[in-house]
Amino acid sequence: MSSSISAGGHATELVTSILGASEALAAFEKLLLVREFEDKVYDSFVAGLVHGTTHLCQGQEAVAVGTVMALRDDDYLTYTYRGHGPCVARGMNLEGAFAEIFGRSTGVSGGLGGSMHLTDMQLGLLGSFAIVGAGLPVAVGAGISARERGAGQVSVTYFGDGATNIGAFHESMNLAAVWKLPVIFVCENNLYGEYSPILSTTPMQDLVVRASAYAMPGTVADGNDVIAVFKAMREAVDRARAGGGPTFIEYKTYRQCGHSRSDAGKYRPAGELDAWMEQDPIVRFRSRLTQEGLLDEATTLEIEQRVRETVRAAAARAADGAWPELLSLESATYSHPITA
Amino acid sequence: MTSITYREAVVRAQREALRQDDRVILMGEDIGAAGGPFKTTEGLFEEFGPGRVRDTPISETAFVGAALGMALTGYRPVIELMFADFMGVCFDQIVNSIAKHRFMCGGTVAVPVTIRAMGGGGVRFGAQHSQTGESWVYQFPGLKVYCPASPADAYALLRQAIDDPDPVIVLEHKALMSVKGEIEPDAGSWPGLGPQVLRTGSDVTLVASMAMVRRTMAAAEILAGQGVEAEVIDLRVLRPLLVQPIIDSVIKTGALAVIEENHAAGGWGAEVISRTFDAAFDYIDKPPLRVTLPDWPMPYSPPLEDAALPSVERIVAAVQSQR
Repeated sequence: MSSSISAGGHATELVTSILGASEALAAFEKLLLVREFEDKVYDSFVAGLVHGTTHLCQGQEAVAVGTVMALRDDDYLTYTYRGHGPCVARGMNLEGAFAEIFGRSTGVSGGLGGSMHLTDMQLGLLGSFAIVGAGLPVAVGAGISARERGAGQVSVTYFGDGATNIGAFHESMNLAAVWKLPVIFVCENNLYGEYSPILSTTPMQDLVVRASAYAMPGTVADGNDVIAVFKAMREAVDRARAGGGPTFIEYKTYRQCGHSRSDAGKYRPAGELDAWMEQDPIVRFRSRLTQEGLLDEATTLEIEQRVRETVRAAAARAADGAWPELLSLESATYSHPITA
Repeated sequence: MTSITYREAVVRAQREALRQDDRVILMGEDIGAAGGPFKTTEGLFEEFGPGRVRDTPISETAFVGAALGMALTGYRPVIELMFADFMGVCFDQIVNSIAKHRFMCGGTVAVPVTIRAMGGGGVRFGAQHSQTGESWVYQFPGLKVYCPASPADAYALLRQAIDDPDPVIVLEHKALMSVKGEIEPDAGSWPGLGPQVLRTGSDVTLVASMAMVRRTMAAAEILAGQGVEAEVIDLRVLRPLLVQPIIDSVIKTGALAVIEENHAAGGWGAEVISRTFDAAFDYIDKPPLRVTLPDWPMPYSPPLEDAALPSVERIVAAVQSQR
């Protein structure tokens, strides 16, 4: 197999041995879209449009984009409070997403959910779970549903390294494994559980070993290489669709920002962030595409401008969205309210 | 009308739901070939197979959380929790995920999850296997909480729960499993969810739920022999708490007692009293009475457990203390 050297210094296959040229450019654009979205959420927070807190995924875009590329439209996803990535990668309406984060009636959930709860059932985006680990059992349930329906759907759940220490993770891994469900456990190991470095909370840094405890195939991939992400995911998805059961994938990645809006990430050792910035998934992929002649300066600029304008316009429309009316929320609480 | 036990009513409700709707799937511990530890799924595995009557690992967080995922993707899961006490190990999934998911999605999704949890004391199971769970779950918007006290309601409330587009917790009482009563077979419509007056009286209103209903009825008979006519109301449903029948009763009787198998702190009795007094204060002649569990965990030893549970004698004595 032919190979080249990426900006990150890893020997890798040619992008075109994995993806067609237009797919590769689409992946690049999607990476930029997730980054631009998160940057805009940050700027909007500074501008007073975002309330409470927000959890951004700059640096982890390749996991969202590469995994979603391997999915069908009828597959299911659950994710976390750091969940904008999968939503944007899956094609969530950007104005609706921003408006939700801004608390407006035009948000995907009418402003009732917020930054930590972006959902869209039409896209299989079942839910963003703000309790660590809580989305995993729900994805297992969607996996039961997929199995019962028998149409080859898969269910994917995203979570961080910190979630692998909570009971819901272990119970979900066990249930998916014992019932051989089409569930893909996507662990984004960004080396920090909130503010705590992984080795202060977890007895190993390589979490893939936890898959073997459940007799489940486990794989590790470079989470900052969108092609590596896609390949690992495709293999897991193929196995699940074919009835081969669940897979645990550990993606090694890094959160370029703090845990949440209030966290400047000062606990990180000197030089760590700089080293990871050199592994930035967008810089690396752009470099690979350029080296392979799939992308030139003019096209890069054109894509960047298109993405920036798309995001800018969506956020601007969202900021003009009306506040929710102060009405009874009973019908949002219950499908079938009972009053007498 | 058919006379069956409370346990048989639970089985029957599930069997009919499984027959009528392919989307209904049962999950729980030992509910398959074993028929459930309290035999509340007896015969269902044989009729519907392992795909629809699913034996789970002892792993409530996984299978209760999975119910939400199934409900969001087209199924209508019915979960059995072997003991209501076990809601403690999957509380996050019940109150943070299942109860709130529709709301957090802006009211755009339905969450047709039924959780059957078998609780209550009187069967010598000690501190971790004797709680009704009523006080734990009745406060959460997004949930409905049903508390059948009779075979008729064990059947009708469970059928309604499974049909409901919202998550419903059905608290079943272990001590009632062998109680017999008549049920109305599926007639295409269900009785309402409000409290039900079981006995009319003009002197005091007694409100009870689950296993306390029978004791309260027995107390009312004794009180009648002592010249006190009690109106007895079966609460039936904790959420939504439809208090109007209780208010109407108290306007008539002028006195209210609540009898519940919970600790007083945070029990539903306090809520019933508060709402009733708000609405009917001018008609009420006496302070409210509460007959509850004492403020300690359920003891194992039979004489101690018997003393902890509100008894017929304690109910009679409480009412007579105001005479």
